[in-house]
Amino acid sequence: MSEQSTKTNDGQRFDRLPATAEERDVAGRATREEIIDWWEDRFGVAPETFESYSFWEKGKGKIWILRGDLDSPVHIEALGMTFLRTRQRHWKPTTNAAQRFGGFANKNVIELDDEQASRFVRGDDQELDWGGDWGYLIVSHEITGGREPLGVGSYLHGELQSLVPKGRQRDL
Amino acid sequence: MDALERYEPIIDDFEAFRAACERPLPSVVRVNEIKATRKQVTEAFDAEGVAWESRDWNENVLKIDSSPGNTWPSFHGWTHGQEEVSSISAFALDPEPGERVLDSCAAPGSKTTQLGALMDDDGLIVANDSNLGRLSALRFNTERLGVTCVAVTNQDARNFSLKPFGIEAFDSTLVDVPCSCEGTIRKNPTALDDWSLDHIEGVAGVQRGILRRAIQATKEGGSVVYSTCTFAPEENEAVLDYVLKREDCRLVEYDIGLQSEPGLTEWQGDEYDDSIRKAKRFYPHHNDTGGFFCAKLEVGT
Repeated sequence: MSEQSTKTNDGQRFDRLPATAEERDVAGRATREEIIDWWEDRFGVAPETFESYSFWEKGKGKIWILRGDLDSPVHIEALGMTFLRTRQRHWKPTTNAAQRFGGFANKNVIELDDEQASRFVRGDDQELDWGGDWGYLIVSHEITGGREPLGVGSYLHGELQSLVPKGRQRDL
Repeated sequence: MDALERYEPIIDDFEAFRAACERPLPSVVRVNEIKATRKQVTEAFDAEGVAWESRDWNENVLKIDSSPGNTWPSFHGWTHGQEEVSSISAFALDPEPGERVLDSCAAPGSKTTQLGALMDDDGLIVANDSNLGRLSALRFNTERLGVTCVAVTNQDARNFSLKPFGIEAFDSTLVDVPCSCEGTIRKNPTALDDWSLDHIEGVAGVQRGILRRAIQATKEGGSVVYSTCTFAPEENEAVLDYVLKREDCRLVEYDIGLQSEPGLTEWQGDEYDDSIRKAKRFYPHHNDTGGFFCAKLEVGT
């Protein structure tokens, strides 16, 4: 922050994220640069992937992704897709964002077999081996010869926790 | 079902119509091209043992022998369970990528997400619904199907304001109005339980207001598609006739490879503008679907 700003997040409207920290005028708000860097660092998603998108905050720490752009702020119900939770120790992508953009990831992507995938989409946690980083992972499986993201899991102490929201869980 | 008897004079083979209305609907899904191709979807169905069959008129509309929500393609948002005739209006509107489109009565979002797919998720879709409670279903569907070019508003479509977006007019508008739902009897056997002519007259007033505002909010030369899932001429042709007399617009032809009947030019002593023939009526016994009405208008001349 360039100045000690008194502006706070307004949960009633969408504000476009500042491009960089220099442009930030709401304390604690993530920047576009930070979001894009984070997806690259955490999941290996190339920054160009998000070129035609804008990022917005409505609700504290709730980041939304919109194809295209609008004048900020916007007073409406929803804008684009909920994308990421910030303002917490570990940032967390939404299930829908993981499905939509997780296909571009090549890091911290765990691939499940059929039985494990069924368990995951049912919302069940499971013990399994994973040699990579702990924390939030893009969880995927193979379908029709390709790798397709299922959602987000949290991997800790040999256990993969399913973060598929109740309304998205299925018994397949 | 007695409510449908009044349509006997306008429906060919009324017995076949009645019989079709009593049969359950086939299970139909639309391929969501934002997330997958038809080939990926059909291969995934094959691998899962779900039998499928493409509908003749559109290869991305598939009849399946399973519940539409309980397949892998559905979980991934590759498919969306949508009654076959319900997909007609977005195909008729036929939006291009990059356009600004208003979906004035959008919840629960089957047509919004279809517009998103037709536009390659590129442009701006303003998905509006007056009912706040129904917006969660709309949002659930747009997010599951991966639509990111959508903005959701909660306004009365009869006086929809473009102010939040700083734009003058939309390129096109989809007006799939709330209606008496007679055409959904195969999906919902209780659809006609509360049927009354008073209800139809009341809802027609709302429909007139919504369509008028949609035409005003669309640029000159732009398209407006008006649709209902009912057979009632009061909510279909009569609404078009009313609006044609008051707004600068005209009916245009559109192509859909399903059997249909032309819009009516008279009903119970009332006469309607001759151009309303260009609207299409879809009946359950013609294509083994629900019932639907759809008209395409061009704004200005």
